[in-house]
Amino acid sequence: MPLAPNPELRRQVIAIYKQLLYLGRDYPQGYDFFRPRLHRAFMAKANLTDEKAIREGIARADFVRKEIEALYYLKRYRTLRKRYDGA
Amino acid sequence: MSALRILVPIKRVIDYAVKPRVNKAQTGVETAGVKHSMNPFDELSVEESVRIREKSRAPGGVEDICVLSAGPPKAQDVLRTAMAMGADRAIHVDVKEGQDLEPLAVAKLLKAATEQQKSNLVILGKQSIDDDANQTGQMLAGLLGWPQATQASKVEFGEGDAVSVTREVDGGVETVRAKLPMIITTDLRLNEPRYASLPNIMKAKKKPLEKKTLADFGISAEKRLKVLKVTEPPARQGGGKVEDVDGLISKLKELGAI
Repeated sequence: MPLAPNPELRRQVIAIYKQLLYLGRDYPQGYDFFRPRLHRAFMAKANLTDEKAIREGIARADFVRKEIEALYYLKRYRTLRKRYDGA
Repeated sequence: MSALRILVPIKRVIDYAVKPRVNKAQTGVETAGVKHSMNPFDELSVEESVRIREKSRAPGGVEDICVLSAGPPKAQDVLRTAMAMGADRAIHVDVKEGQDLEPLAVAKLLKAATEQQKSNLVILGKQSIDDDANQTGQMLAGLLGWPQATQASKVEFGEGDAVSVTREVDGGVETVRAKLPMIITTDLRLNEPRYASLPNIMKAKKKPLEKKTLADFGISAEKRLKVLKVTEPPARQGGGKVEDVDGLISKLKELGAI
């Protein structure tokens, strides 16, 4: 594997990957569902060399992270509402 | 106005998404090997205290946010989560596995802790999703002789230690005002708790966590209540379909409803 052109971007990619993996442990369909898909999504972009494209990829990963956090929040909120509000 | 010293008691409970199973001896629910997490109502109270600081909502500022949990050593996990969400420090009161505290014992413990920590605001979850007792906050307010605002959906700070709390009551909301020190218990719509992210959990490992025992607070875990038996709710009986109005009427007659 050729060395990443920009070590700072490489660090960011690894960091967001780790964060997503951590989030995946609570994924409703299970970690075993989440992990291969996450890995595939990252591998699909592994050959990017253009810095702009890599930055876009990181921004997208960050967007996905926020979406998953929102998903967890909503799932819990709805469950609790159903249980405790009688609505 | 005096600076806030917030105490946030939290509890480690079986995760809300797990379906609890009654153990074989029918003395309680199975906890071994089951996923646990912070009580969702306690997450709301942690989030609220962090937001009071971040948005500088209290005129006197927030001096300290301390989380406290009484439970087995694993309760430290939820304390770390709370610190990752933004609490400053944590106190873990060691209670043996299986030796659960009753709401009154917890309230007495919190009274002692409140006095020790010189807290002037205690934000609790309105109830825990395992016992659903909904008593601890009220008992603590009674023991301390402080005003309480339960089921809060909005907390606002005014001049001279005044706090206005909008409460969720049947069929609407009610706004109460009280002066610090006071007790607030949180309801579901108070805020949207943040997710304790991996980097923040790492940082939280550096925050101080004090270990204490019940004896440090002069509390014993004696029980006043005895659990006689725990059973699963009866399985739902399947319904039946009727063809038409006549079918419905004859069915109702058959069941003795008309």
